[in-house]
Amino acid sequence: MKKSKKIPSIALISALIFFLYLPLVIMAIFSFNDSTSLSVWEGFSFCWYADLIDNSSMIDAIKVSLSVGIIATFVSVVLGTMTAIGLSKNKKVVRSMLLQANNIPIMNPEIVTAVSLMIFFSFLGMEKGYTTLLLAHIAFCTPVVITNVYPKVKQLDPNLADAAMDLGASPFQALIKVIIPQIKPGIFTGALMSFTMSFDDFIISYFVTGNGVENISIVIYNMTKRTNPSVYALSTIVLVVVLCAVLIGTIVPMMVKKRRRLVRNEQNV
Amino acid sequence: MKHFKKLIGPYCFWLFVLTFVPMLLILFYACVEQGTAITTFSFTLDNFAKFFDPVFVAVLVRSFFIGIVTTVICLLIGYPVAYAITKFKESTQTILILLITFPTWINLLMRTYAWISLLSKKGIINSFLASLGLPVFDLLYTDFAVGIGMVYNFLPFMILPIYTVLSKMDHSLLEASNDLGASPMATFRKITLPLSFSGVLTGITMVFLPAISSFIIPKLLGGGQYTLIGSFIETQFITIGNWHFGSAISLILASLVILAMALMHRLEKYADSSVAGEDR
Repeated sequence: MKKSKKIPSIALISALIFFLYLPLVIMAIFSFNDSTSLSVWEGFSFCWYADLIDNSSMIDAIKVSLSVGIIATFVSVVLGTMTAIGLSKNKKVVRSMLLQANNIPIMNPEIVTAVSLMIFFSFLGMEKGYTTLLLAHIAFCTPVVITNVYPKVKQLDPNLADAAMDLGASPFQALIKVIIPQIKPGIFTGALMSFTMSFDDFIISYFVTGNGVENISIVIYNMTKRTNPSVYALSTIVLVVVLCAVLIGTIVPMMVKKRRRLVRNEQNV
Repeated sequence: MKHFKKLIGPYCFWLFVLTFVPMLLILFYACVEQGTAITTFSFTLDNFAKFFDPVFVAVLVRSFFIGIVTTVICLLIGYPVAYAITKFKESTQTILILLITFPTWINLLMRTYAWISLLSKKGIINSFLASLGLPVFDLLYTDFAVGIGMVYNFLPFMILPIYTVLSKMDHSLLEASNDLGASPMATFRKITLPLSFSGVLTGITMVFLPAISSFIIPKLLGGGQYTLIGSFIETQFITIGNWHFGSAISLILASLVILAMALMHRLEKYADSSVAGEDR
């Protein structure tokens, strides 16, 4: 492709990136603003960061978000992987029925899932709080794990587990030592998606939690009820953390790969 | 191979308890008269009838309107962007996709709240316009603000699936079309577009679904007075406490969405068969 032909593409993508990052940059700048205004600059200050540190509900919310995210991810990975493996061994009718049923929580508008769970918990007389929050998160994470793991299981040679067992492995050993390692990439993506979804979720958490149990999204939601640059300070911190995670997670492996390729080329020469 | 068959048992139970029973409860609440206890309920369709009040129909229409407009704008911006990305070197593509997905890893509430600085009356956009001597607009708490918030939040979910399909496309098809004398426009229309259809449909689903039921974007950028169906359901459950009417609306929303999805699925099958037909 000629350079001149690329100009419209470059212009389009630059405009998009400008659009995507402008609010984030503005937010980061105004998190250091020395007034409650979100749009008029009145000098540099760390006051909103200090405000955030003083806010004890913030620390609790981070703990809740992390622990719910980790436990929900763990449970849904185990449950989802089991189901995905079991599915491939079942009859076609059972398989397609379960897969379709599994689509319901994914396709249902989030708010409908949220209110249905809220009604369900109150119907059972469960007090809204940590337990209901966790159950709801497992409920929306598991289908995602299944949709990520099942295609990998389908790609497997169906005789693999049989071969392992012919060679003397117990079904459990065949599962742990033969099947699981083969579908690891699917499990990993599923786990990553579950954790991100759980950590980010607002709508469902908002409806099913109570009694002072709040995750980060709910705390932010309560903060946005009045004009509050603390939200910007918090968002800027999140921005930096995510940025570091992305840099470590993607750029570094890319650089390592590149360097390895360079080294290999040198050796070939 | 029967050893692992039973592994689906726990999830079947789980799905039944945490998906089916709650949905049945919504149905139950929607069909039951308000103010009655579980033991002494009486069936009614009043909750559904109430929805046909012009005020509520207007909310539904507006939600679908905003959802459709958002989806169309995302498609109009997203498709060319996805297409443009595929024109770059593979390593550049990876970086561009990373740049586009990065904002989605930041909480939706935070991303939305960030727009307040830009859109408010004394905000950045208005100050910029004023400095150019142009008139100042009321941007925040309008349709425009809600629309921009929606497009901003959901655009990456349109670009990604389209990009995935476009980047996996068989280039020999494009070369063949070119060799056979088709113009670039004809090649695009007859090869690229039909083959990317599945990505477009995934993108539409991923944007339309959350856009139609979102209640947080209209709340933050549309102000309190701006009611879409999501905020309407929230009000019924949290503020007013009329779970029966709230359930009826949720049920209507869910059915409409399922209907839309079924329609899309049909469309996808039809598109697939027409592409397959051209191959022959």
